[in-house]
Amino acid sequence: MQRIDVHPTHTHGKFKLRRGNPAPFGATFVPGGVNFSIFSSHATSCTLVLFEKHAPKPFGEIPFPDEFRIGNVYSMIVFDLDYENIEYGYRMDGPNNFQEGHWFDKNKVLLDPYAKIIGGRDVWGTPPDWDDMYHHRARIAFDDFDWEDDRPLEIAPEDQIIYEMHVRSFTKHQSSAIKESHRGTFAGIRDKIPYLKELGVNAIELMPVYEFDEFENSRPNPTTGETLYNYWGYSTVGFFSPKAGYAATGKFGMQVDELKAMVKELHKNGIEVILDVVFNHTAEGNERGPTISFRGIDNKTYYMLTPEGYYYNFSGCGNTLNCNNPIVRGIVLDCLRYWASEYHIDGFRFDLASILGRDPWGAPLSNPPLLETLAFDPILAKCKLIAEAWDAGGLYQVGSFPAYGRWGEWNGKYRDAIRKFLKADTTVGEMAQRLQGSPDLYEGAGRAPATSINFITAHDGFTLMDMVSYNGKHNEANGENNNDGSNDNDSWNCGWEGETDNEYINALRHRQIKNAIALLMVSQGVPMMLMGDEMGRTKYGNNNTYCHDNELNWLNWDLLKQNNDIFQFTKNCINFRKAHPVLRNTWHFQNRDYVGSGYADISWHGTQAWNADWSEDAKAIAFMLCGKHAKGGTVEDNYIYVATNVYWDALWFEIPQLPPGLQWHVFANTAMASPEDSWTPGSEPVLQDQYGMLVGDRSTVILVGK
Amino acid sequence: MALDLTLTVENEIAKITLAGELDGSNAADFKTKIEEAAAAEPQKLVLYMNDLEFMASAGLRVLVFSKQKMGAGVDVYVVGADEMIIETIEKTGLHHSLIIQETFA
Repeated sequence: MQRIDVHPTHTHGKFKLRRGNPAPFGATFVPGGVNFSIFSSHATSCTLVLFEKHAPKPFGEIPFPDEFRIGNVYSMIVFDLDYENIEYGYRMDGPNNFQEGHWFDKNKVLLDPYAKIIGGRDVWGTPPDWDDMYHHRARIAFDDFDWEDDRPLEIAPEDQIIYEMHVRSFTKHQSSAIKESHRGTFAGIRDKIPYLKELGVNAIELMPVYEFDEFENSRPNPTTGETLYNYWGYSTVGFFSPKAGYAATGKFGMQVDELKAMVKELHKNGIEVILDVVFNHTAEGNERGPTISFRGIDNKTYYMLTPEGYYYNFSGCGNTLNCNNPIVRGIVLDCLRYWASEYHIDGFRFDLASILGRDPWGAPLSNPPLLETLAFDPILAKCKLIAEAWDAGGLYQVGSFPAYGRWGEWNGKYRDAIRKFLKADTTVGEMAQRLQGSPDLYEGAGRAPATSINFITAHDGFTLMDMVSYNGKHNEANGENNNDGSNDNDSWNCGWEGETDNEYINALRHRQIKNAIALLMVSQGVPMMLMGDEMGRTKYGNNNTYCHDNELNWLNWDLLKQNNDIFQFTKNCINFRKAHPVLRNTWHFQNRDYVGSGYADISWHGTQAWNADWSEDAKAIAFMLCGKHAKGGTVEDNYIYVATNVYWDALWFEIPQLPPGLQWHVFANTAMASPEDSWTPGSEPVLQDQYGMLVGDRSTVILVGK
Repeated sequence: MALDLTLTVENEIAKITLAGELDGSNAADFKTKIEEAAAAEPQKLVLYMNDLEFMASAGLRVLVFSKQKMGAGVDVYVVGADEMIIETIEKTGLHHSLIIQETFA
């Protein structure tokens, strides 16, 4: 039988139309045409605006007939569109009354919040035409990518090793030695998969890849005249669209396929993809910002507003998305479902996630519906959900983020404790908690060690090399008189501020870096490292490089040769973690022997075996993991002993004895020069004295008993 | 922009030659040609692109369509395409489904 729903029922000029389907929102293909659907609860009318690609003026404007609106949704099928070559937007009319929160202006062409491709910023850094009436242009996407047998990897959370990176920074530097046209793109990441594999990480976490505007607040550097950009991209223009400027094929409008091809290839190599997503605010900024989309579609629904009509600013970026409004919850859920199903994304890290738990007036909710919805969503069921469990409004929820058994957290307390410990500034008691996966924060609420995303460095703040090279931040290049960026860095310059030729200081810095990496990789929970820390990347003391499209952000691959000892050490530590399930437990230690091995699952030691010094001024701690308790006693592993001495002199450590027949072998000793600072699994030499060893000043030793 | 398309089927091999510029305005013609080729139920589909000067995203879409239309058992060859076209095919991951060659013997 011939379908009858492919026939137009209405016309508008040359356009043939039919009543549309309100769901799904956005532009979707239907037989013979395209279905356009958009929500607005306060608009009085809506017009679809059609452009040919890049054309300055529209070729058609189609008002939605009244009978095409169902509830608060305008929907319409337009037939016979050349969907390869069109861009579309909307005009909305309605009240324009600041105090009441309405910003309708039918003179503006608005971006569809559900746009799957956004044109207009096709090539990174190309200055836009400021006279363009419609900057960010919705296009229609196809879902015909050939995924073959690919699907999200579903690596167990505790087995993940995350590498946080910026798409452009990773390969933009000429030293990346890839094709020039691939540098700084998704294709460039694909070219570097062999490197990521060699390093051993099994998840990359991409700083924002949703379409953003690098020209948002762009300005000349007051000193050099160089353009400063919105480089990091924490300011979303479109939640459903990949950043065109991050695709080598963006100029062809093929960014969707290029990103999918990257995900598919990473999956083939056992590497997951986690997206850093920013739902706390949008690129429309405060009252003085541009009208791009939400503001002109339904300002009062999408944003949190004060009674006077101003924007609440819990994000520190001018506006706050009204995430616990049911409409906004809907778009967040639709968005994440889309990325999980259409792009096979493995997980999401939510920027300033505490905002997602606030009510429309900013008060923290005890049972935030958005967080609950995401936790129980069937499509997101296997995705990792990771919260940055604080916001710019002062809500700090590390250890108390509403998790519903699903959410992990960037563990800021882990970062702070390890940094302080490395410079002998924290108690060993707190260190013991952090090394165990922070049971003090998570165990009581029934949350597993993998809840804790352990990190020492991230994009925000010092790199690991800078953490051991600078006492203070040096952000002058940002042009804000060094007032931006965090002042709480818990860093130590090892005796000289910045770069030096002093061999002793440089050796100490390398040792401190290795101590940090070693502790990160033997901690329970999920290690996350920052791009380039494995090769001693520096940003010259700038701890807030959000605006630099230059060598402050671009990874210099020559460092791989220069600091090869750090790379080899990191690689060995990652392999060590992967080889030992006892480092990746699914549940917290019980501090007792529940398998009858004669050893507790974890035991604590000091310079004397079985006698840890928990005093406030203790500068050394050691612990032993019993391999027979690995993964709750379900897997057999070796014994592991870790001793760390943050004192400025070497200390003699007495070592706990192994069961008969087993011997301690040295996996790592950060006091040793490369290549004897670490060993590949299976090649670890036997420790000469099985009863004790000297642990050098500010050094860490890891032994494996087998 | 002009696109010349010719289709021949010999010995269960369908050959389509493309010359000119393949973009959104003529991609549908290319798609129709693929459908014609598929109707002949060939063992192989060979797309000669030596004289293709430009391919827009619409053309890449049709390449995706060609593989899906012909089915898993039929190899699709892209022959003689210039470097920029091959690069785009590679960057978007299509090279996993297509066989890219300089010549077809």
